[in-house]
Parts: sequence; structure tokens; C-alpha cells
Amino acid sequence: MKPAVEAKSVSKIYETAGHAPVKALDNVSLAIAENEFFTLLGPSGCGKTTLLRLIAGFEFPNGGHILLQGQDIAHLPPDKRPVNTVFQHYALFPHMTVAQNVAFGLRMLKRPQAEIGDSVRQALALVKMEAYGARRPSQLSGGQQQRVAFARAIAPHPKVLLLDEPLSALDLKLRQAMRLELKRLQRETGITFIFVTHDQEEALTMSDRIAVMSAGHVQQVGEPLAIYESPVNRFVADFIGDSNFLDGAVVKTAKGGALIKVAPNFLIETSAAGAAKGDKVSLALRPEKITLAQPVKGLPRGVVREAVYIGNSTTYMVEIDGGIGVTVRESNSLSGQSHFAVGDRVGVVVEAGAARLLAG
Amino acid sequence: MQRTQISAWLGVAPAWFVIGIFGVLPMLIMLGISFMVADPYGGVEPAYSHEAYIQFLFERDLDDSLIFNPIYLNIVLRSVGLAAITTALCLIVGLPVAYFIARQPESRRDVLILLITIPFWTNLLIRTYAWILILTRNGVVDARLQSVGFEAGTFDLLYTNTAVLIGLVYSYLPFMVLPLYASLEKMDFRLAEAASDLYANRWRVAWEVILPLAKPGIVAGCLLVFVPSIGAFIAPDLLGGGKRMMLGSLIYFQFATARNWPFGAAVSILLMAFVMLALLVYARVNKGQGLPAGGH
Repeated sequence: MKPAVEAKSVSKIYETAGHAPVKALDNVSLAIAENEFFTLLGPSGCGKTTLLRLIAGFEFPNGGHILLQGQDIAHLPPDKRPVNTVFQHYALFPHMTVAQNVAFGLRMLKRPQAEIGDSVRQALALVKMEAYGARRPSQLSGGQQQRVAFARAIAPHPKVLLLDEPLSALDLKLRQAMRLELKRLQRETGITFIFVTHDQEEALTMSDRIAVMSAGHVQQVGEPLAIYESPVNRFVADFIGDSNFLDGAVVKTAKGGALIKVAPNFLIETSAAGAAKGDKVSLALRPEKITLAQPVKGLPRGVVREAVYIGNSTTYMVEIDGGIGVTVRESNSLSGQSHFAVGDRVGVVVEAGAARLLAG
Repeated sequence: MQRTQISAWLGVAPAWFVIGIFGVLPMLIMLGISFMVADPYGGVEPAYSHEAYIQFLFERDLDDSLIFNPIYLNIVLRSVGLAAITTALCLIVGLPVAYFIARQPESRRDVLILLITIPFWTNLLIRTYAWILILTRNGVVDARLQSVGFEAGTFDLLYTNTAVLIGLVYSYLPFMVLPLYASLEKMDFRLAEAASDLYANRWRVAWEVILPLAKPGIVAGCLLVFVPSIGAFIAPDLLGGGKRMMLGSLIYFQFATARNWPFGAAVSILLMAFVMLALLVYARVNKGQGLPAGGH
């Protein structure tokens, strides 16, 4: 099956007089499958919005191809692409009612009046806004405007729906509710979603696959689990969730695994292969994959320097004998008590395979 | 309680004073003069007469019977026509200009708006004289055309309706551009992006989104051009050679040359009444309708 959207070596360079040209996208290639909830994730300025705007047609690439179901659309204007956008600030037409907003795309496509009426009703029903058709956007709350923006984009039944940080203007509770809502809408409509966000939690909860971007490059593409559990490089490991980065040297290798020494008494076993004895390597280790224990012999030991209580868990900063510091996150016990206090001597347990060997 | 009422009244008193002295009083004087008898040596005699209003439509025959005389009505129609065409031309020229300026980076916008207002720094009379030099036979344009082989007088527009129109559009274009710019500058151009995303081509984007949102500016600009150009007298006088009289030049003529103050005042009052009527009709038509809906 052909991918719904495919970017082939796409580059976009912004040139401003008096400034060095900025490479917003540098030779980016991606394939997004039919009916997929695909997320472009990255910090601001990483090129994710630029890529979305290139797919929508608001801007044109300096190089490469953008294929929609196998057809090159890179140089078509936005009104000639069967792709619709949900904008970050909704961009609802203030001089039209909700129903007229939703009908706009269909009207421009010159659909028959009766069909427009039906589609508008369906789209509004889908987002549970049937009762608001006669209102003006200014009479709606942020969450309601968000729903209307979605209905407007979905009403013409686009092949691909682009969502440009649509939840960022909502407050936390509403944002969390809308995540589930968007996921449901994607399932029900069967439309390919391309979702842009800088919020890793949003990306992890909703996406089928995520492309992590940085500085105009795609760093990693994969399912949420793979992105979180097996980050390919330091950027991904750092951007998605929290990570301890530990530098060390390979002291032993054995069939697909390696033993890495990060401190005099601190050896970590990883499952990653390809490293030879003596190599200097970097490891990423999630704070929740480290457990603290009593400082018994045989364990790497250290001192708790800080303990930060965050409700369901406590984050400890542990200084391991020999100099390095690690962050540890532990779920709190039934009583809600933290297990350790500042100044306690502790032992550090790292399961084999918990740490990731980073490339580069 | 009393005190606050008095001080509140004192607070707005300057506004009332200015409106009264510079707005209401002159109009009352005009109204009064229009119902008096002309003094042949200028000024008026303090006697009641509505002759001036009769004179607007009728001529008195030798035996004092009234004969319909359309000459002044023609002037009104010509004035309204020229003012309407002027307004339309200003809108057609001004809209792209205002749009262009509104889409520039902010620092450049200010410079461009300043450039739009620069003509105001010179007296309108002088600028209109400059147009005489441009439009006349053997004038700036005609002479250039002659030097490349055209016959003298190929470009001789002076003292035509076209010349008057050019002068009016030139004079009042800034009054169109500024309010248009003010409304376009506030506009969220992401809406245009959203419209094109929803399958609207350039023309539909302009028609469905930009124009409706710019409507307050369009209305303000049209009023600011139409109202003064209907009473304009410099351009009609200098560029139309006084042959093509317009309401403004008629009023000017009655006060300055014909020394018929009551008639001049009566025409002024009628002109004002007409403009106010037009505004009322406009307000009526727009009442409760809000902004134009998207097509249904």
C-alpha cells in the first residue's frame, strides 16, 4: 500500500535580508501510512511546523518532493490539496456562524446544498456541537472553538488532516480530555492525522508513531514505546522523558550484551551490541528504572543529596561514591511516605538492560 | 450628589462648547441666511423669504409664474455622479494599496503610511495647480508625447470631466487608504490561510474573508471620500474650468461672485440634507444585519 503522505529529501531554507539563511528542514524523508495517527514532535524551531506547512501548501520546499498517495503535491497551492488543517489558534472566521464556518470548505468545493447541510450536521455531531450551529465563534469557549475548528477541517473529508498544536491553547484538564477525544475522532473518521506538538506526553498518549525532530532533521521515527524505551541518541533520550546520561567505558562484551563501567564501583549491563571492549560510550538511563536499596556490600553506594516529593513519586538526587550523580524516581508507598531522606546512605540497583547505549 | 452632577456637567462642558460654537452655530446661521433676502451689494437683508429654495428648482417668468428649471438639479446629479465615481475609483485603487501596506513588515508599514500622508503637507490648491500643468495641452505629459512624435494636444484633458475626476481621486485617495489600512492592519491574515486551506482560491479568499472583515474600513473610507468630494470645489473649478460646475463650486460662486447668499446657503443646506439622508439610508439598510453572512 502506498503511504498516505511521503516526504522525500525535503529541504526548506528561509532567507532573510541581512541574516544567514536558516535551514528549517534539511533533507527530511518520512513516510506516513494510511489511517495513521502520526506525530511530529520536537522543540520550537525544530522544523515540525514548517514540514506541516509544506504539506498543507502554505509554503513550498526548496528541494525534494511531497507525495500524497503517490502524487507529487509539493507545488500545488493549498486550495488544490485534499488536505485540511486544524490551526493552533483555530482561525475560525469571525464573521460567520459556526455552521457557516463548518460549511465553508464544502461550499468552496461547490457541493450541492443538501449535501453541505448533511455534512455540516454530521461534522458538528461528531464533535458534539450540534446545538451551537447558529452561534458566532466569539460566543464560544476555547474548547468549543477547538471543536468547531476540528469539525470545519473534517467536514470536506480530507485525505489527510494536519493538526498544528491544536491543544496548546487549552488548559490542562481540557487538554487531557481532548487527547482522548482526538484519538476517538481519528478512529471514527479513519482519516490520516499528522499532529504537530512539542508536548511529549501528548505525543506518547495519542500517536501510532512519532517522528522526533530537532534542528531540521528527523532524529527518530517509531512507536511511542520504542521512542521512549529505545531512544537512538542523546537528543531523543533527553527530549522524551527524563534521562540520566552516563559516560563510561566497555569493560566486557558477551553475545549481544556489554558491561559498562561508569564509576569505580558502578557497572551497568546493557543489551546493546556493536560495542568493543575499551570503547568510550554514553548511556541513557531513565530515573524510574533505578531503584534504591539499603547500602549493602556489592551494590554501588551513594548518598541522597536531595529528595523532591511530587505526589505519586519522589525524585532523589543521589551522589554515587566516586563522583557521579544520578536522578532516581521511585513511586511512593501505600502510606504516601518517601522511602529515603536527604543524607541517607543508599545502594543503587540497575537491572540489566535498563540502560540504553546511545549512538554518537 | 448635586456637586458630582455639576462637576460631571463641567467636565463635558468644553466638548459641548466646541460642538456648539464650531458645529451647531454655523449651521444655524446658514439655515437662517437661507431664509432671508439677498442684498445685491452682498450680505443679506433681515427679511423672511423662502425664495432661495424655490429658485433651486424653478425660474420666475416675467409674469411671475414658476417655470421648472433643471439646471441646478443637473449640477446635483453631476456632483453625485462624479462623487460616486470618485469613491469607486478610490476604493479600487486604495484597496490593493492598503492591502499591500498591511502585509509589509511593521517597520516598513509606518514609512509607507507616512508617504501616503505626505501630500497633506502641501496646500491642496497648489497640488491642484500642479495637475493643470500635467493635464493641459503642451503640458508635462503632452510635451513628452510630442517629443516622441505625437501631435500636439494628443493628451489634453484639462477642463474635462476626466480631469475633474483625476483631481478628485488624487485629492481624496488618502482618505480611502487610511481607514482601509486601519481595518486591514488589524486583520488576522491566518484567516486567509485557513480559507485557502479550505479550498478557496485567491479570489474567493478576498471575497469571502478579506472583504467582509475589511467592511468597516471600506464603509468609513467611502464616506470620507464621497462626502467631501460631493462638495468639492477646487478640483472642479481649476481642472473643470468652472464649466462643469459641481455643488461645491455652485455654493462658492453664489457667495463670492453672484452675491446671492440666501441661495448659496440654501444649496448648502440641501447638500447637507442629502448627505445625511444617504447616511440614514445606509444605517437603516445595515441595521441588525451585522456582517454579511457567508453566502446562504
